[in-house]
Amino acid sequence: MSAEATTLTKAATARPEPAAPRATRRRRLGPGRAIPYGRAIGPLLLLAVWSAGSAAGFIDARNLSAPWTVVSTAGDLIAEGRLQSNLATSAERALLGLLFGTAAGVLLAIAAGLSRIGEGVIDGPVQIKRAIPSLALIPLLILWFGIGESMKVITIALGVFVPVYIHTHNGLRTIDGRYAELAETVGLSRTGFVRHVVLPGALPGFLLGMRFAVTAAWLSLVVVEQVNATSGIGYMMELARTYGQTDIIIVGLVVYGLLGLVSDALVRLVERKTLSWRRTLAG
Amino acid sequence: MATHTGGLTHARLADEGPAVRIEGLVRSFGDREILAGLELDIAAGEFVALLGRSGSGKSTLLRALAGLDHEVAGSGHLSAPADVSVVFQDARLLPWKRVLDNVVLGLTGPGARDRGRAALDEVGLAGREDAWPADLSGGEQQRVSLARSLVREPRLLLADEPFGALDALTRIRMHALLRRLCEAHRPAVLLVTHDVDEAIALADRVVVLDEGRIAADVRVDLPAPRGQGTQRYAALRAGLLRQLGVDQDGGAPVRADDVVTPVGG
Repeated sequence: MSAEATTLTKAATARPEPAAPRATRRRRLGPGRAIPYGRAIGPLLLLAVWSAGSAAGFIDARNLSAPWTVVSTAGDLIAEGRLQSNLATSAERALLGLLFGTAAGVLLAIAAGLSRIGEGVIDGPVQIKRAIPSLALIPLLILWFGIGESMKVITIALGVFVPVYIHTHNGLRTIDGRYAELAETVGLSRTGFVRHVVLPGALPGFLLGMRFAVTAAWLSLVVVEQVNATSGIGYMMELARTYGQTDIIIVGLVVYGLLGLVSDALVRLVERKTLSWRRTLAG
Repeated sequence: MATHTGGLTHARLADEGPAVRIEGLVRSFGDREILAGLELDIAAGEFVALLGRSGSGKSTLLRALAGLDHEVAGSGHLSAPADVSVVFQDARLLPWKRVLDNVVLGLTGPGARDRGRAALDEVGLAGREDAWPADLSGGEQQRVSLARSLVREPRLLLADEPFGALDALTRIRMHALLRRLCEAHRPAVLLVTHDVDEAIALADRVVVLDEGRIAADVRVDLPAPRGQGTQRYAALRAGLLRQLGVDQDGGAPVRADDVVTPVGG
């Protein structure tokens, strides 16, 4: 060790201040690491406030039944088999509507996204339809299709197809044009282009549309079941209103909420599995 | 066979003769003539570097050869082999396909995936078949795109500033890789670049494009390795730079025995 180095070391130890300036830690701008089960925090907090309010007597049971009353009512409804049969009817309507609406939305989006004629013919009417809430069409749909199942499924499908169309079409249109060039240079056919470039490229948009679509399906379901139905969760709630059974209404609401949450989680799961190639803030 | 607007014939060449033959090629955007009656032949297996300032028409020429210039007005005669492959400046990998699927994109038939694996091995990426493009470095992505081109065994390889976005060290490694691959597969190559050193390091022949015409056509016959220190290298470099409008003090003109066909001027 040289003499100079020794002096330097001495000088450093002599001073009490930090010898070397610490590297400045930058503030992280991304959201950071995911909290395990982080999505459950909000709903659990809500449940806690509700329970506390009911137990302390702040919430009148005639306005909002206590969580435990709702649970026991749900137990009774399940024991009687009413909840299951109504849920099955509701789920069937929602699924059928979702199926038809999604199929229509995707097919129209592809037709409008891949050809100028398709865009000219399809895009305008869809934008007009978008401006009219599906639920406002119910009177007309009842006149056309009666009050049976087909009217309900069609109403749901109409609510579903718009977000699927809008987001899939947007996804298609924002695919980088350079990928089309690449497809030409590697000699992809039209179908190969759709399969390898268009569909996977539009998938993020489609899945976003699906998340809106799932919500739209449940929303439309609630309305059609309360308008004119003799079965389903909405009918069960409407009947409970007549007899002032708040707890049954809450059971219905909780079921709707759970259905919405579960279906959204399903779409998110599919999103995570199929879009694992993306490197985004979501991680 | 594809007929373009403006009476351009675009023929596919037979297996013999030059890989590329361009006669009186005109391309214009609006009133601006980008290519003004360009003449160029590329022999089979020949490595040609195309130099030019920005806006000189390099990319337009390359896109014409690749058949990517839809709806561009033009005339002239252009013959290129059917099996053309393009390496773009951005690696242009489909982000939703794994590396091997990107390499074999558009290939059909049995053994395509095995050939894809072999091509990846050739560019030094064996074992990365299942990686996502987003997980590769820029140099690795460009090597995947080279593998994607090579697996097609093209007779003509078009490269549009393929190393422009890479750092200097990676670029040197990529130069060596490209030379090696071209020697192994012998495609005719048209490499568009604005880097004079890159052109000299790689090409058998350097063509300078200026205002839509060939301004210089120089055969590079420097002994390998092409050391940048030699006098002939310096002379060639200075001459090419002058053609590109960069005048360096003390630069010698392009030597007569280096010049094959000085056109225009």
